[in-house]
Amino acid sequence: MEIPALAWQGLVILAVFGITLLIATYSTYAERVVAAFLQDRVGPDRAGPYGLLQPLADAVKLFTKEEFFPAGSSRGLFIFGPCLAMTTALMASAVIPFGNTILLGDGTAIRLQAIEVNIGMLYVFGVVSLGVYGLMIGGWASNNKFSLLGAVRAAAQAVSYELAMGMALIALLMVTGTLSLREIALQQYNGLWNIVYQPLGFIIFIVCAFAETNRTPFDLPECETELVGGYHTEYSSMKMGLYLFAEYINVFVASAVMSTLYFGGFSFPGEHLLYNTLTSSQGELFAHNAVTILGTVVLFAKIFFFIFFFMWVRWTLPRFRYDQLMRLGWTMLFPIAILNILLTGAFILLFGNKEAKLDTTKQPAPTEIRAVARK
Amino acid sequence: MKLTNRSKHLEKKPMTLLERAYLPAVLTGMGITLKHFFSKKATIRYPEELRPIAPTFRGLHVLKRDEAGRERCTACGLCAVACPAEAITMVAGERKKGEEGLYREEKYAVSYEVNMLRCIFCGLCEEACPKAAVYLQADKMAPPRFERDEFIYGKDRLVEPVDPNARSKRGIQLTAEQAEALARRMAGMDA
Ligand code: SF4
Ligand code: SF4
Repeated sequence: MEIPALAWQGLVILAVFGITLLIATYSTYAERVVAAFLQDRVGPDRAGPYGLLQPLADAVKLFTKEEFFPAGSSRGLFIFGPCLAMTTALMASAVIPFGNTILLGDGTAIRLQAIEVNIGMLYVFGVVSLGVYGLMIGGWASNNKFSLLGAVRAAAQAVSYELAMGMALIALLMVTGTLSLREIALQQYNGLWNIVYQPLGFIIFIVCAFAETNRTPFDLPECETELVGGYHTEYSSMKMGLYLFAEYINVFVASAVMSTLYFGGFSFPGEHLLYNTLTSSQGELFAHNAVTILGTVVLFAKIFFFIFFFMWVRWTLPRFRYDQLMRLGWTMLFPIAILNILLTGAFILLFGNKEAKLDTTKQPAPTEIRAVARK
Repeated sequence: MKLTNRSKHLEKKPMTLLERAYLPAVLTGMGITLKHFFSKKATIRYPEELRPIAPTFRGLHVLKRDEAGRERCTACGLCAVACPAEAITMVAGERKKGEEGLYREEKYAVSYEVNMLRCIFCGLCEEACPKAAVYLQADKMAPPRFERDEFIYGKDRLVEPVDPNARSKRGIQLTAEQAEALARRMAGMDA
């Protein structure tokens, strides 16, 4: 039974990889359409039906453009920068649980997640912060002061906002008691979504997520009005494409993480009801798989909403000034995050934490689902 | 010293707590953009859709023929004199025997050129012409081209063809539906 299970896992990894790339590709298209719609335009509609082949056209364009190396750049690092940005971006989606398990007839359970690690959240956090090295190296290797300034900004911004983000996560950890993304998602199967316990934490988290992915209003590292193109000023062709692509993958990962941490992941209201009715009519296996698949669909709906949200904000808000950005990070978000930890601690002392509460609820717990998941 | 009394003194107040929290303003802004998301789009999908053109629109020039199919222009040069952009040049010639069917007057324009890059489509040439020979068409424009000299329209592209069905060879060619739509719009504007 060992080999087929492994093969299935490999398939899941491939699928996660493919889906991540696909979504990032179509994010570029979606970004333009959303931007256009928010500005009373219609966006790209010439390449294929509704312009759906636009990303392909872009890819052809980027691949056929001239590869340009600025004079005095360090060539190796210049290539390494975008590669690193892309790699780290892709790595992060490995631990995101895209669904519960699919049960096969012989009792094998396939997790819809590339790898399950019990420190999933730390992993995401670490890998995403590595991404800033991609920008740093690229900006440094370009031998251009604008690139360098962009890179320096990227680094400073990432460090400042990671702090508040980490603090927001600590408050969440106090509620959930686990670092595994899968566990966190499964906990929300049985009760309220974490956003109810951590509204303040969520706001801090989402603001920091914007800063971490370098999206407007925090896209200071690539601020055109001041820095030409920021860290990718000197980049052309697909190396530039990789940077842009990495940004969209980061947006996707950030959306997935937010959905999982705060919005129930692959859980949706009424799943127990569905599970129970389906079990009585179709059998347990079918019910479990149906609920899982529906959960995955719901998760993707949540992710797409957040991706839309990222774009919506981008085309609404102007960019912060750099000192405003730093002041917001250090003098507002950071203290609020600490306050949030204190508040969370106080609430847990008063009312007990979520895990303890869950066990006392009288809801029909889908113990089967949880048991299978933990196998 | 103040030049006018209209200058206003603006006081920069420190931001209130609500303003410093940014979120209320952010949410208002996002509400506004969301409204635009669902509003009617301003885009005109050009080759399929045409923007409405007024019936008095001044587009590409045409050199008219009379009822017998003869060129009306007598190369008097009044249009060139009237032209504020100096876009028209012509060379006059004398009508030979046997050419009466081609040119209405004894003197005619051997060459007649309008530089569409100079022309400002003011229509003064049209008003200056004593022979009702030059007109700016309401349904045709000078299309974009790659070379500058392609914008110098000679008689080959200006004179109205004898066969009126062949007219659309010059300028932007309208499909049957587009021509119909244009006619409808113009009828609507007249009403
Ligand atoms: S339309 Fe005006 S600018 Fe153009 S050729 Fe006639 S007179 Fe000259
Ligand atoms: S177009 Fe009219 S105004 Fe111009 S030269 Fe001919 S006859 Fe004279």
